[in-house]
Amino acid sequence: MTMTSTATADIVARCQSLFDDLNFAYAREWKAATPGRKVIGYLPFYVPRELIHAAGALPLGVLGGGDQLEVIHGDAYYQSYICRIPRSTVELGVTGRLDFVDGMLFPSICDVIRNLSGMWKIMFPKVKSRYFDVPQNYRDEVGGTFYINELGELRQMLAEISGREVGDDAIRASIALYNENRRLVREVYAFRAKQPWKAPSAEVYLVMRAGMILAVEEHNRLLRDYLAAAAAEDRPRRDNSRVVITGAFCEQPPLSLIKSIELAGCYIVDDDFMLVNRWEHSDVPVEGDPIQNLALAYLHNSGDTSAKYEPDQKKKGLYLVEAVKRSGAEGVIFAAPSFCDPALLERPMLQEVLAAHGIPYIAFKYAENSGQMQPIREQAGTFADSIKLWSEQ
Amino acid sequence: MSAMPASETVKELSMLKQKEMIAGNYEMLATAKEAGRKVVSTFVPGNLNELMMCFDMVNNLPEINAIQNAMRKKSGGYIMEAEKRGHSEDVCTYVKADLGMLAKGNLGPDGRPLPDPDLLLLSYTGCFTFMKWFELLRQQYKCETAMLHVPYEGDGHASKNMRDYVVKQLKEEVIPKLERVSGIKFDIDRLRQYLKESAKAEEDFVWVLESAKHKPSPIDAYFGGVYYIGPIFTAFRGTADATEYYRLLRQEIEQRVAQKLGPVTPDGEIHQERYRLVVEGPPNWTSFRDFWKMFYDEGAIVVASSYTKVGGVYDLGFRHDPEHPLESLAEYCLGCYTNRNLPSRIDLLEKYIRDYEADGLLINSIKSCNSFSAGQLLVLREIERRTGKPAAFIETDLCDPRYFSPANIKTRLESYLQMIEQKRHGAAPSVAAE
Ligand code: SF4
Ligand code: SF4
Repeated sequence: MTMTSTATADIVARCQSLFDDLNFAYAREWKAATPGRKVIGYLPFYVPRELIHAAGALPLGVLGGGDQLEVIHGDAYYQSYICRIPRSTVELGVTGRLDFVDGMLFPSICDVIRNLSGMWKIMFPKVKSRYFDVPQNYRDEVGGTFYINELGELRQMLAEISGREVGDDAIRASIALYNENRRLVREVYAFRAKQPWKAPSAEVYLVMRAGMILAVEEHNRLLRDYLAAAAAEDRPRRDNSRVVITGAFCEQPPLSLIKSIELAGCYIVDDDFMLVNRWEHSDVPVEGDPIQNLALAYLHNSGDTSAKYEPDQKKKGLYLVEAVKRSGAEGVIFAAPSFCDPALLERPMLQEVLAAHGIPYIAFKYAENSGQMQPIREQAGTFADSIKLWSEQ
Repeated sequence: MSAMPASETVKELSMLKQKEMIAGNYEMLATAKEAGRKVVSTFVPGNLNELMMCFDMVNNLPEINAIQNAMRKKSGGYIMEAEKRGHSEDVCTYVKADLGMLAKGNLGPDGRPLPDPDLLLLSYTGCFTFMKWFELLRQQYKCETAMLHVPYEGDGHASKNMRDYVVKQLKEEVIPKLERVSGIKFDIDRLRQYLKESAKAEEDFVWVLESAKHKPSPIDAYFGGVYYIGPIFTAFRGTADATEYYRLLRQEIEQRVAQKLGPVTPDGEIHQERYRLVVEGPPNWTSFRDFWKMFYDEGAIVVASSYTKVGGVYDLGFRHDPEHPLESLAEYCLGCYTNRNLPSRIDLLEKYIRDYEADGLLINSIKSCNSFSAGQLLVLREIERRTGKPAAFIETDLCDPRYFSPANIKTRLESYLQMIEQKRHGAAPSVAAE
């Protein structure tokens, strides 16, 4: 065993233990380390983490309880035809696992998360909960003005929670750190797309999940370390097909599902698991009015997903085609949580666009606690084979 | 009972008028192209009918088409057609009924082809699915689309920022598109006139809703209510026809109150009001009559419902205001029931139970609709806790007949009513309403 292989294994092991810990010990310890520290939880798909950081708080990505959490209480809050993430999130809440969290942000991703913001107000009245609405109009004087005011209200809420003003300079400094984080995340994705055998997706997934809890300064270090270690490590190259996974931007698939897809013969060269970590395509400017910069970045320089309206019919779905081209993928796997309106309603539109571009795809549904990987392995395996056959013609 | 013939005549007048109006709108849709009129599709929550009227456009409501098809038992086939074409079993059946109808020739409920829309007015109010629905239609029709983002009242009220944003979108995005598509210049005074008319109708409409405070209630505010909301929620708010309809309806109900009469049902009048219920959630459409019958056979009258507020909440004081036309339209959109946060929805249901002296709350949880349904189990427990009244929970769907099990529902309803009975007589409830 060389030094470098220990290095990636160590990094991934650390990420795995952060991922497994549904009591969020790291975040609790972070909070306890200095008096006055606060933690702000956020659901998918996007919140301006810079503002949270500038308020001196730790942004904590809440992505449900995964397949290790038994949901006992949470099911009493939801009918059978609703996805699992709100149940497990409620479970985390009622079992006290989030009792150290001072504020919760619920982005405008869908009506389930939207209504959960109201439920949280009733169930956890001591926690400051806010529905965070992003603009669906992208004109500076229209959606921009609305959004700048929304950001202002968020800033105000964070100031109240942290007990201190959230100054412009603090926000600028936070923007710089998150710019760095996004650059590094993009670098990891680019590295994986180029040499996927050197960055197995289950590993990359854990490294990204770590970014949902670690302080950004620490995560930046971890990303650099991972890039160096993974580059240095020799790993066998497989004759896998290259795929993009889409639709898994909220309720997460079990880690075993990601592993199964790779075992079945697919390299995942791009995905939408945690949109927030690469939401802005390039650096948010640090000079000038930071709130305005964040707003303009959202309007003109950010990602695309189901929850974000596309005003131009001709552009609808091209984000997926671009992801395929950029990552050198050969096909797309539509992986949606059962009952997920954003993913499932979007899917037929995206499939039509892919078909028009001659990009093959398969589709299946999962739940965050899906146990049966065999059918998915078979489906992905058949897909990988068919891609190879097709490309040989 | 010499007053009876007169009230019968008045009832027939309002019912007839409504049928005429609905048929009239479908006629206008069918002949729109010939008549050179432009067609705009939009949604019931956030339905800017008065604004569309300023551009002589015909208002097409895909939700209403889906409802009409469901009541005519056509929606099941359309939904299966949409699912065959790749639309998920998990998504809203209104969308699938609409896409299925489109795939099979786009024949409207009256059997005639519906016109292609000239504009999709995506009033993004109270429901995420709306965005996707119109993106899907836009992909099919390749037509103009106007997005009106109506922010959700996450904190239980509309902020100045939200109102300003909606008004700005009306000025910068919606009205210019309506002008371009219709070829007609916007005349704000014309809008004022229509809003003035709307306010009159809203006044009478609210009177009708509140008539259910009487004992016995002269109306059923859910099943019967579905007919009463028709004109005001659809293509008629702001028209003289709608004002007339509500005037007639109010007169009819006034008579019923004076004679202490119960609601009229398809099987005749209810003579004994045994239970007063508040209902949360949309009705089932494919078995609408059968569903209603389960209630009135037991003397269960719905005195208030949340569904009759999806297209606008008027019983908390809001009226369309010709003095502030665009602000008024914004306020109207923001206040639609499904755009209100869960705590304020619970507050409203609690208020209804008290104000209408109801025996309890029944939640009809719709599989299709996350907007209504996500959180309803908490609503159930909160209402029970706050009012001390029992609540019941049933699960059906809007227009997928596969999700309506009559025997199941009847049993649940009967157990629930029994429980209300037991509570009245001081007995401990032995059967859970679950
Ligand atoms: S998985 Fe989909 S439907 Fe469920 S909460 Fe997330 S975005 Fe909403
Ligand atoms: S999800 Fe609910 S509110 Fe949305 S279109 Fe369907 S029935 Fe209407």
